[in-house]
Amino acid sequence: MSDFKDKQSGYLDMQLLRFTTAGSVDDGKSTLIGRLLYDSKAIFEDQMEAIERASINKGDEYVNLALLTDGLRAEREQGITIDVAYRYFATPKRKFIIADTPGHIQYTRNMVTGASTANAAIILIDARNGVLEQTIRHAFIAHLLQIPHILVCVNKMDLVDFKQEVFDKIKSDFLKISNKLTIKDVRFIPISALKGDNVVDESKNMNWYQGKPLLNVLETIEITNDRNTTDLRFPVQYVIRPQSDEYHDFRGYAGRVAGGVIKPGNAIKILPSGLQSRIKSIESMKKQFDRAFAPQSVTITLEDDIDISRGDMIVAVDNEPTISQDIRIMACWLNEKPMIVGGKYGIKHTTKDLRCIIKSLDYKVNINTLDKITDDKNMGLNEIGQVSLKTTQPLFFDSYQRNRITGSVILIDEATNETVCAGMIL
Amino acid sequence: MDKYYINHLRELEAESIYVIREVAAQFERPTMLFSGGKDSIIMYYLARKAFWPAKVPFPLLHIDTGHNFQETLDFRDNLMEKTGGRCIVRFVQDSIDQGKSAEETGYDASRNLLQTVTLLDAIEEFKFDAAMGGGRRDEEKARAKERFFSHRDEFGQWDPKNQRPELWNIFNGKKRMGEHFRVFPISNWTEMDVWQYIYMEDVEIPDLYFTHKREVFNRNGVWLATAPFMSLRDSEKPEIKDVRCRTIGDITCTGLTLSTANSLEDIILEVAATRTTERGGRADDKRSEAAMEDRKKEGYF
Repeated sequence: MSDFKDKQSGYLDMQLLRFTTAGSVDDGKSTLIGRLLYDSKAIFEDQMEAIERASINKGDEYVNLALLTDGLRAEREQGITIDVAYRYFATPKRKFIIADTPGHIQYTRNMVTGASTANAAIILIDARNGVLEQTIRHAFIAHLLQIPHILVCVNKMDLVDFKQEVFDKIKSDFLKISNKLTIKDVRFIPISALKGDNVVDESKNMNWYQGKPLLNVLETIEITNDRNTTDLRFPVQYVIRPQSDEYHDFRGYAGRVAGGVIKPGNAIKILPSGLQSRIKSIESMKKQFDRAFAPQSVTITLEDDIDISRGDMIVAVDNEPTISQDIRIMACWLNEKPMIVGGKYGIKHTTKDLRCIIKSLDYKVNINTLDKITDDKNMGLNEIGQVSLKTTQPLFFDSYQRNRITGSVILIDEATNETVCAGMIL
Repeated sequence: MDKYYINHLRELEAESIYVIREVAAQFERPTMLFSGGKDSIIMYYLARKAFWPAKVPFPLLHIDTGHNFQETLDFRDNLMEKTGGRCIVRFVQDSIDQGKSAEETGYDASRNLLQTVTLLDAIEEFKFDAAMGGGRRDEEKARAKERFFSHRDEFGQWDPKNQRPELWNIFNGKKRMGEHFRVFPISNWTEMDVWQYIYMEDVEIPDLYFTHKREVFNRNGVWLATAPFMSLRDSEKPEIKDVRCRTIGDITCTGLTLSTANSLEDIILEVAATRTTERGGRADDKRSEAAMEDRKKEGYF
């Protein structure tokens, strides 16, 4: 059992990395994901046997790893919703969640959805084609959703004789675009998903590449400092009042830390009332913590009895978010029914539910060229643009750039209850 | 500089607790489906953690096929007593007696499918507007796209074309009268995560998950437990084996694993070494593409 302890203590202490992959089938995206799952042994025998049989039936020369992620292709053939598919694998170092999204322009909404929770994005470029319109689109979405790490994989290097010049040209072309965007960390990896070069194992065909294979990069990117640890933000999700003798006076505020570090003794202010108090304790079941930070779900108690309810926000006394009814967002429209300027929508921000009116569409962005469009005032499905809103009550928010949790909203069509818009606060 | 990070199990835990609290806050009459299997045990454990020191503010709902392992039912009753939980039980047998569903016949008869009728009736009876389930996205290809908050129409049906985009951790539980939601708080957990979490937190689970001697028989390469309501073919001979459950459900379709694992450490090592999926390993699935379709029809997901 001593062997177990050593091995498992490692397994139990893994970090979780969520990444998104955008690309079309032609870029080799499905093959790449299949390769990662297969080489990291996340594919089980029964799944492997199933695709082996399917490959033989189709007359393929080699086992078609793309069949593992075939759901999306089947959907396209059957004409049903193309969607985000979540896949899971783990290595001894990290656990991974892949948000697998189709990369064509008509699936922008799916890419935005997949990108919203990602720590990293893989952007695939076919080495033979170089930087295309869709590459710009994928980079723009990664920038818009503020994905902290971008891994540009130049795929199909085997088809360009593993030439460094091809890779270097694509790298400099991409940097010309990404320099115009706010992308914090971008890396380039030459790979062949089909042959396995630089995916899990180092390629023997590209000695000129000094970096690590993709999986190694995914395992080692530093993600601990990506979340906001400076601005204390605690949106109250649920008030806990036990109806029991033992905890008669207990009054706890349950929620998920959205920013900063909470410690007992911290001087805090409650929004919107403005009342002040101090953190008394941070509770979990039968345990108390000496600090809490994003993305932990905890229950906190305060020194004073104050009337607090869901939708309120606990913040540091000396560090308040913006409090306003007028907000400007970069909006991605998610619904077939176009946006109505002057229309009223439900709006959700952290644990707060309000209504809002759309005051104006300031401009749209051509996501293939990054040009601003000011003469077209209609915003439809998959379009992105800057929108000004007014809410029925003040929101407590930060810019999305500063905090992805307190800087994001969704809009809801009040007639259909559908989520129609994703908004990043400017 | 301080490093602020939590491990993958704590991150999954935080996400699930957030989802469970959202359900309690956004819905008027939520429930949590409980089967006595490890996934629903974990889900209930997370619910207790979410509201501690208050009690879980919603009842559990167990749809009893009448074909359960007795150990599962004893475990359920014991757990509710210890934790002060409330579990409503509704029986598939009652739906059959009322003529709402018909018993399958033949050797492979199962009540797995019939659970749906009883479940929808219970949702109607108690006017539940959200039912949390222990489904995980890693279980099946078709589940890989399921939302945390999954909208159901007034007939309890799922419309794959009408799924709402789910961004960040903002969950939209708005609905019309008569509609309800299925919510999956442990969507992002894998089988391994569940076992590691049980180990890390010392969560109590039924003994069925550990090795024990049981009378079993082999059907299409799968070991099944003998029970009074199971009929055996002539070629199927009961024998005593060392087995454990990898999943726990209806006896008629719960495949047992030949195993001598008698601790959580053993189980985690076994899961790590296992090369077939939890739902896989069925010889009949491998014969044709259609076998997979049949399995879907049986109501696996």
